[in-house]
Amino acid sequence: MSAHARRKGRTAGDRFRGVAMQITVLMIAAFVLVPILYGVLGGFKDNQQLSTNPFGLPDPWVPSNYTDVIFSGSFWRQVFNSTFIALMTTFIVVFLSALAAYIFARFAFKGREFLFMLFATGLMFPFAVAILPLFILLRALGLLDNPFGVILPQAAFGLPLTIIILRQFFRTVPAELEEAAILDGCSAFGFFWRILLPMARPAVATVSVLAIVTSWNNFMLPLVVFNDPNWWTLPVGVQQFSGEYASDTARILAFVILAMIPALAFYALAERQLIGGLATGATKG
Amino acid sequence: MRPPALTDERRRDASHASRQSGPAGEGTLSRRRRRIRTWVTIVTFILPALVLFCLLVLAPILLAMYASVFKWNGFGILPQNFVGLDNFTRMFQDEIFLGDLWRGLVLVILSLVVQLPLALGVALLLNQPMRGRAVYRLLFFAPYVISEVIAAVLFTMVFSEERGLANRVLDFVGLDALQSTWLSDPSTVMYTLFIVMTWKYFGFHMIIYLAGRQSIPNEVIEAAAIDGANNRQIFRHVTLPLLGPTIRISIFLSVIGAIQLFDLVWVLTGGGPVHASETMAVTMFEYGFKRYQVGYASAISVVMFILSLVFALGYQRWVMSRDTQGAITNMRDQR
Repeated sequence: MSAHARRKGRTAGDRFRGVAMQITVLMIAAFVLVPILYGVLGGFKDNQQLSTNPFGLPDPWVPSNYTDVIFSGSFWRQVFNSTFIALMTTFIVVFLSALAAYIFARFAFKGREFLFMLFATGLMFPFAVAILPLFILLRALGLLDNPFGVILPQAAFGLPLTIIILRQFFRTVPAELEEAAILDGCSAFGFFWRILLPMARPAVATVSVLAIVTSWNNFMLPLVVFNDPNWWTLPVGVQQFSGEYASDTARILAFVILAMIPALAFYALAERQLIGGLATGATKG
Repeated sequence: MRPPALTDERRRDASHASRQSGPAGEGTLSRRRRRIRTWVTIVTFILPALVLFCLLVLAPILLAMYASVFKWNGFGILPQNFVGLDNFTRMFQDEIFLGDLWRGLVLVILSLVVQLPLALGVALLLNQPMRGRAVYRLLFFAPYVISEVIAAVLFTMVFSEERGLANRVLDFVGLDALQSTWLSDPSTVMYTLFIVMTWKYFGFHMIIYLAGRQSIPNEVIEAAAIDGANNRQIFRHVTLPLLGPTIRISIFLSVIGAIQLFDLVWVLTGGGPVHASETMAVTMFEYGFKRYQVGYASAISVVMFILSLVFALGYQRWVMSRDTQGAITNMRDQR
């Protein structure tokens, strides 16, 4: 009987706890969502409405802030630049890392551990430390105002994590498979390209998604490399835009919200790879 | 553990080679040719990554170290005016730089006391059966994928004095007294910055904690419950200790992040007002790209590098060592 009473008490307590949990989570959700919603709605207001009517729905709705941005060439130019740079960076870093990771995973040779450690220590080099000399180097190489001035350093700094994750995956591929392929007359590159890489698709997807997001959000490097507005990426563009229209809050909100959409859409598509990759990246790094 | 496995592979390789060839002499010949071919493969596969890495990661770091002992305005390729450790002694008399260290510490402490417990709490909440928890998880992580610049510009608007959301909300709920100039007041700017950091990053730490919590077998928790432990005891004596490795990683990432913090501050405040929110990276950028004191700026970046390196090595050596041991034994068990 007492057990029965206790169970009953617990369910009442459970219900209370359930409600308390929901309220807590809802409050945190509000903390995350409200600034974004403020931005979305604010973009549909004019500046006067923003002062007089900060929370309510826009009255009247003013679409011009959004349409101005959408019909301006510079926004799309920045989207294109960000996309191009992210894809090129990803392609280079994943391809070069996969080649190296294959060797690190499947060949035994003198100096292997040293070389691997050399790459692995790269995880500890913060980008900010290298930015000044990198700028001087890129200037000497004539890579300023050139997309490769951003792509190549990004790829270089992406190598350590990508190599570590890929090597780990390549190690799980059974050695018999490689022997069989070699016996059938496959070259090392043939095995790598036609068998190993297709098998490693999940790992390649993970590191690609990580590389794309890192490149997409990079700010410091494109900020110093690109003087020419034609090459600005979205983060640089957003910063310049907010400086240029400093007093036009509504217009800035519209621009910021539009600039957010590609990243959020990509997140919705690749959520699993992104979260999985970050979890392994965090524990292995 | 590893080396024997390697020799195994090599032996298998060797036997495989001799199996292929007939007579003994021909065997050694083809083995040598094989070995050369293997080396060619190794070199051609690793070289591209190695060149890129040396040229654009290692060389800049070395160049920064070299430039840090010169007085240099950044023109030309190499500095000429050697000044020894002057830049470093100057740095430790520079109130802005010393302030950077202090402000970094403040951010780390705030993260440890507010952001990480919040993330842990949310992770444990979302680990319970609850309506809509997949949506919440997705939502809380979303700010992490938005770039720091975009988050910073959005929050500049949120915290702007007349039209900003924050003051309007306080006005609306009758807490006018708490209204503030947020980002333009030296006494509040760090807390405001921290609010934005929490908005952007607590979801990331939550995800790490969720992954850590899900790797704890439920049987352990159930066993404790059957033994009569209440929820708080389970948390204190079972969940928390088992989450130890995850918590240590999340602390590690917070500290490393604080040492390098740049984008958010640069766009939100530019380090101001009057340096009240400046970080090491911002000071370095300011001196290097605005005032052309590249030698001094390099010295700052060298200190940033040494700080993160010493912290990373020390932390891995003293704090996370048990965890890596655990990780390796776990891996062996899985095989």
